[in-house]
Amino acid sequence: MTSLPVIAQTSGVGAARSAARKRRRLAAGANRRPGWVTYAILGAVLLISIYPLYYTFLLASSDQLTISKTAIPSLIPGQHLLENLERILASDIPLLKGLINSTVVAVLQSLSVVIFSTLAGFSFAKLRFRGRGPLLVFVIATMAVPTQLGVIPLFVVMSNIGWSGKLVAVIVPGMVTAFGVFWMTQYLENALPYELIEAARVDGASMIQTFWNVALPAGRPAAAMLALFTFIGSWTNFFWPSIILTNQNPTLPMVVRQLQAGYFQDYSLIMSGVILSTIPLVVLFIFAGKQLVTGIMAGAVKG
Amino acid sequence: MSVQAPIKPAPVAERTPRRIAFRQTRGNWDVKLSPYLYISPFFILFAITGLIPLVYTGYVSVHDWHLLRGQGDFVGFQNFIDVWNQPTFWLALRNTFSIFLLSSVPQVVTALLLAAVLNANIRAKTFWRMGVLLPYVVAPVAVGLIFSRLFGDQYGLINAILEILGMDQIAWHSDVIPSHIAIASMVNFRWTGYNTLIFLAAMQAIPKELYEAAIIDGAGRVRQFISITVPQLRATLIFIIVTATIGGLQIFDEPRVFDAAGTGGASKQWITVTMYLYDLGWGNQKNFGRASAVALILFFIIIVIGVINYAITRRISTAGPKKPGRIGNKTTFTTTRRTK
Repeated sequence: MTSLPVIAQTSGVGAARSAARKRRRLAAGANRRPGWVTYAILGAVLLISIYPLYYTFLLASSDQLTISKTAIPSLIPGQHLLENLERILASDIPLLKGLINSTVVAVLQSLSVVIFSTLAGFSFAKLRFRGRGPLLVFVIATMAVPTQLGVIPLFVVMSNIGWSGKLVAVIVPGMVTAFGVFWMTQYLENALPYELIEAARVDGASMIQTFWNVALPAGRPAAAMLALFTFIGSWTNFFWPSIILTNQNPTLPMVVRQLQAGYFQDYSLIMSGVILSTIPLVVLFIFAGKQLVTGIMAGAVKG
Repeated sequence: MSVQAPIKPAPVAERTPRRIAFRQTRGNWDVKLSPYLYISPFFILFAITGLIPLVYTGYVSVHDWHLLRGQGDFVGFQNFIDVWNQPTFWLALRNTFSIFLLSSVPQVVTALLLAAVLNANIRAKTFWRMGVLLPYVVAPVAVGLIFSRLFGDQYGLINAILEILGMDQIAWHSDVIPSHIAIASMVNFRWTGYNTLIFLAAMQAIPKELYEAAIIDGAGRVRQFISITVPQLRATLIFIIVTATIGGLQIFDEPRVFDAAGTGGASKQWITVTMYLYDLGWGNQKNFGRASAVALILFFIIIVIGVINYAITRRISTAGPKKPGRIGNKTTFTTTRRTK
């Protein structure tokens, strides 16, 4: 202690120590595990997330009589799920057709959005060309334009070229998104070093080979997220398909709508249809949801 | 990551000077043209399916235009005047704003608070995050069907619970405000979790030092939230509010399936502008001219509201630290995240 008399006199060893202690306590406090209140809130939120789906499942597994007897279904599922599913599949509602159509649309759009967005993103992020800045600004600006508002001319055009009622009329307008281009540009900007591109060029690779062998592998995480995002978007899309397609050649949301109009009273049947149309995405979410969450967290995006 | 050169350079001996020149020319073209080639699919497809239709809407809106008969005479602003004089249009506008406010305001507030809860050092982070995002994968049409049953007037779960609690049942499908609340709740169900994750991402980019300084200054949790978290989230707030506005003012799916008829209720209690547009174009009237006029009016409303939102949010958050960020496009997020 004798070696530190000056410090002891000027600022006070005790004060410095207690300040250090306080700082340590605060640092520990920031990483402290939260108490049960936090988990109670989260649990309640989770319940709100899940219950409507579970409620649908409860109705789908009961018979019409049970449903009409009580407004509050018991928490235990009924025995009639398979029977209801059989009934709905045997009905005149083209559920299977809708399932196939939705899958085709969602898969093709996801693929196309990912490929074209990565191509454009690679170009915007890493290549130098005249007009690059203004063009990128244009892409970003179009994200704010609701394309839904151009439905009437789009309908006129589609009718004129004979695509009305055909699946291709739903697929083509969703084959590119401004969001996708922006998202891949942002990602590749950081994830793809110029050195890699130069190395490939020096090795004699053409631009498209560089894209295929360097940019595409580098962009894989963002592309996966974009694919999931696009898939969900096109699977749940209702407005445009319901305009351009017919009820005989529907996508799944249109089928759900038909269920409601066709079997207004029989809720066990309606809910069976809802279950069938919802389950594929819920399953996809269970397997790939982590990727989606990470992607949203990484880019804070909205489509 | 594999970096390979698929084409091996030809042995030097075999090359003639002319071939080298050719290769170089080709390489030059490759470098110059490729960027345009790569961005062209987006621009071509977007022009055909997005931009041209939007401009073309203006052309249709000043013509007499029937779904089946096609283009008719030039009528100037007559379609706009007709729409203006339709009581249903004003009803639709009122409903749209009412549903929009009832959904976006609670949604943003809830998402912000929920993000703060998720931002704590909880166990099983991914599990809870996936939990809040789950409703996002359910199609709005399906959500609409499920909720219209939950909000059923006679056999609905919500009314049954209200009855147990000793309250009066609510006529969700016939009264104006209750129907709006029910529809707004569907929107909130699907989107709150999504917005929560966006807020959460932005919150995690806020420097910890700010909180430490606040704690030393004696600020409690609420004070920290108001004085640090909210101002720091300014860019994200603007973004979420603007996107919620664009989506909210175009709402169609949920009100459309709120009942079996899908026409917005017996006295149009919950018809929205997009439903009205749909009804004009593909309903009884088949009047594309008027429907286009409605589309354009809606477009201008969205722009105006967007600008107002932006101005208000900016003003509110000027209390926060000034940050360089190009507000209005999504680059703001990267700037937020890079802040240290």
